Amino acid sequence: MPILVTALFLLFVALLPIAVPWLQFVFTLALAHGLAALGVALLLRAGLISLGHATFYAIGAYTTAYLSTHLGVTDFFVLLMASVVVAAIFGVAIGAFMVRYRSIFFAMLNLAVSMIVFAILAKFYGLTGGTDGMRVAAPTILGMELERATFGRVLFYSVIGMLVAVLILAGRYLQSPLGQALSAVHTNEVRLEYLGVSVNRVLLCAYTISAALAGLGGAVGGMAIGHVVPELAYWTASGHLVLVAVLGGIGGVVGPLMGSIFIELVHTFATGYASGAWNLIVGVALLLVVFFMPQGLYGLVARLGSKKKAMS
Amino acid sequence: MIQAFIPLLVDGLANAAVIFFVAVGLTLVFSVLHILNVAHGSFYAIGAYIAVSLNLWLVSSGLPPALSFVSLVLSAAFVAALFGPLMERSFLRWTYGRPEAVQILVTFAIFLILEDLQRIVFGVQSFYQDTPMQLLGSTTIGEVVYLNYQLLLIGLAVLVLVGLRFLIGRTRMGKMMVAVVADREVSETLGIRTDRVFVLAFTMGVFLAALGGALASPTTSVAPGLGAEVMVLAFAVAAIGGLGQIEGAALAAVIVGVTRALAIYFAPEFDVVVPYLVMLLVLLVRPYGLFGKVQARRI
Repeated sequence: MPILVTALFLLFVALLPIAVPWLQFVFTLALAHGLAALGVALLLRAGLISLGHATFYAIGAYTTAYLSTHLGVTDFFVLLMASVVVAAIFGVAIGAFMVRYRSIFFAMLNLAVSMIVFAILAKFYGLTGGTDGMRVAAPTILGMELERATFGRVLFYSVIGMLVAVLILAGRYLQSPLGQALSAVHTNEVRLEYLGVSVNRVLLCAYTISAALAGLGGAVGGMAIGHVVPELAYWTASGHLVLVAVLGGIGGVVGPLMGSIFIELVHTFATGYASGAWNLIVGVALLLVVFFMPQGLYGLVARLGSKKKAMS
Repeated sequence: MIQAFIPLLVDGLANAAVIFFVAVGLTLVFSVLHILNVAHGSFYAIGAYIAVSLNLWLVSSGLPPALSFVSLVLSAAFVAALFGPLMERSFLRWTYGRPEAVQILVTFAIFLILEDLQRIVFGVQSFYQDTPMQLLGSTTIGEVVYLNYQLLLIGLAVLVLVGLRFLIGRTRMGKMMVAVVADREVSETLGIRTDRVFVLAFTMGVFLAALGGALASPTTSVAPGLGAEVMVLAFAVAAIGGLGQIEGAALAAVIVGVTRALAIYFAPEFDVVVPYLVMLLVLLVRPYGLFGKVQARRI
């Protein structure tokens, strides 16, 4: 059942831009955010809410921007790999400190780190371009230089391809003892330690993976927009990632991506009809989801599916 | 040498006073309701917007300018009366006893909604109105000029600190609050209307945040984004002091305010980072903050 939902969803996302071309860019950005939200969702499974994960999104985006503009590294795959690795390294370093904290302290310390990163990005003009941000030079693929439009299409379908891999791997990870331990941390972490499992190691693993996912998202987002700004790391951006994860539902790996696509579609239509009230709409939507469908969009779809199965 | 530092100290303390109002409200709400209110900064911003608008109207309509002091406090009271009971009764009450992630998300949603409501009501331009500051003028001691308004802010912060201590320690209301914090169920069996205590504590928190905003409004221009900025600062200060600790918030506000003033003077590029660096350092050594109590892990 989850595989069917995931496959249908990816098919929908991949095929719709053929009919409606302008959606391609919207979806690319949405999937970039969705990758970061998936990272946040992993931690949410352990009951840890991070109000600072946009840090790693920003680190991924800035790595791509810095490499392509200052160091002349323009290969698409190298840029993606480098962003993931750099974000993961930061993830290990920051995570080693974070996993000692729980609940509100975890949320607030992540927030503090993200604000420090935000300030560094905004202040160190020579390295990061300051508040103006930095341009991302157009990447090349295996040495080929592509037009902006062609690159957009290649980027979009590469992201879909990566997503298939990421979703399979993330699903496997959650099924593994290491992933199962996450929900166990949420229910009762002392019991887990009595079983001889190091809770901090479990969490550090999850934190690093989530940072790497956010870094990948950041690299994609940076390439799609072609420009990175310090605001990527601001705490409200992190709040949006949590929002997307919960809206989509953390029950299945595809949930956060559904949430992200949904939010981005709402955003697109909201800017058309009610441009000043975008946050208002998102806020109300979030309240409705939290109050009336705590399993998120994924939970809703999964339930509909199982009902149909029961009837037939 | 000392001569140069005293103005910095006053700047820092005035800054600390404003942060203290917001952070102590946050900490008060947390200690009674056990909710980290992410929308707290919005009340600061709304308080500032209403105070500025009221004072602009006051000046343009030719009423005595001294009334602007009254309007600062009135606008904070208005924000508290408008949002406090409404938000507690309608949204927060539903989240009690639910996971922290849900509580944080609900308040984050309210933050987003309030953010846009501010934009819709007050527009995106920035407002500036400093009648209260001009009325008070300045004092020259030695060769240094001090703004009297800054001294007033520091005095008010001390007053609020003492007042809160008095309220909590000496009045029936405050003792009921302490009882609810200690054990909600037992307080209920003793006949305390805990739901009323919750509304009251939350409304007080909103009032303190709005008061911070209203009092800060003459010293700065009021523009969108204010709420989000103050929110993280208040988080940092409350965490440094230890969540739920009133004196902790005061001490943390002073530390953050003064180090920030020093940073602005000596290393301006670090000005924004300072509160968070202090927070990281403090929580590294004392995970529950300066005054926070260590909680035993429960099986």
